[in-house]
Amino acid sequence: MSAEAENTPKFLEYAHPEVLVTADWVAQNLDNPNVVVVESDEDVLLYEIGHIPGSVKIDWHTDLNDPVTRDYVDGAGFKSLMERSGISRESTVVIYGDKSNWWAAYALWVFKLFGHEDVRLLDGAREAWAASGRSLTKEPSAVTPSSYPLIERDDKTLRAFRDDVLAHFGNPLLDIRSPQEYSGERTHMPDYPQEGALRAGHIPSAVSVPWARAVNEDQTFKSRAELETIYLGEKGLNTDDNVIAYCRIGERSSHSWFVLKYLLGFENVRNYDGSWTEWGSLVGVPIVRGEEPGLAPAPRR
Amino acid sequence: MTNSVAQAADLVASDFKSGSNREKLELLLEYSENLPPLPERYAEHPDLFERVEECQSPVFLFVEVENDQVGVFFTAPEEAPTTRGFAGILSEVLNDKPVSQVLSLSDDFPDQIGLTEAVSPLRIRGMRAMIYRIKRQVREKVA
Repeated sequence: MSAEAENTPKFLEYAHPEVLVTADWVAQNLDNPNVVVVESDEDVLLYEIGHIPGSVKIDWHTDLNDPVTRDYVDGAGFKSLMERSGISRESTVVIYGDKSNWWAAYALWVFKLFGHEDVRLLDGAREAWAASGRSLTKEPSAVTPSSYPLIERDDKTLRAFRDDVLAHFGNPLLDIRSPQEYSGERTHMPDYPQEGALRAGHIPSAVSVPWARAVNEDQTFKSRAELETIYLGEKGLNTDDNVIAYCRIGERSSHSWFVLKYLLGFENVRNYDGSWTEWGSLVGVPIVRGEEPGLAPAPRR
Repeated sequence: MTNSVAQAADLVASDFKSGSNREKLELLLEYSENLPPLPERYAEHPDLFERVEECQSPVFLFVEVENDQVGVFFTAPEEAPTTRGFAGILSEVLNDKPVSQVLSLSDDFPDQIGLTEAVSPLRIRGMRAMIYRIKRQVREKVA
């Protein structure tokens, strides 16, 4: 059974208010058996030095990625992860993490690939807990293993592969990386390791909207009106557009995907998780350098 | 007598290699907790420190060379335990060692200790970058 949604005035403005909660809501629901709080971080040890009491850790690399193939865990892997995390199909899952919820949003996106119904983010990320005057704990959480069904991952609705991007030209593409990554000026210097892609630049016609534009300084999401000014006004997107977002490995773009999908109500937005580490090394795909998006090539189908 | 860089590196590697991924992370956490604080003479000099751009967490390092002995100093926030752990390992292996030994540490050291699987290839890149930058600073200072 799902927990009740939190109806703060700010959240009610969003297309899907039920996908966000505040630290107060989390605190009030710590003992709610229908709620599982999950921490998901860039730093693989951050949970160990302090987490929300009772929360469980899900790591993007060690838990959500397949250890061999560049892909996510399959249905059996996800089932096992859910069961050892004490999450059942009906659980309300609240995810929070470091870096303004990048990895939390990434984890939420993977949950959605498996069609988990009720997944929410803590608005304001890991910082919000401390900001609300509460402390994190090092106490290990007691987890009651659950039972979770075997669900086949849906790679069509919310996920884009490189061939989907090639066929997508003519529709909006969003590049979520920094301006330097977008323009291709970030190349390597002597004695400095290279970025993990062979070419620098962006996918032709992709519009640059660095992920951070969607958040306030305290890591909470901007209001709907502010987000609309950026994505609909400045970038000219429409909520019925067919959009693909990408970054370097799909984590920052999950964050922007979340904004478009749930806060602004885009029906048709996908995350290209191959992102620049794939596209920037693919043989024979078009790339644009510089600050201009460049023209969309003819779609390849 | 203190260990050479090679001996210290071997000790770290054997500690990490024997454990499960979970144990490796626990050990890395210990290194993170044991990262020495900056000596007073450098604590007030952020200008001397070079940012390791490849790490997603803000970590800065500075190398001094005196009488052929290398000193490596790091500063990274408490909220970056993985990065602090990398720094703690390198501090233990490289601090107060002769220049030639520091330069001879393998660039592949992060892979040799078998941490890649436990922390992910992208994360381990930050440790490789620290080694690159330490060696570059050492070379600049003895040139």
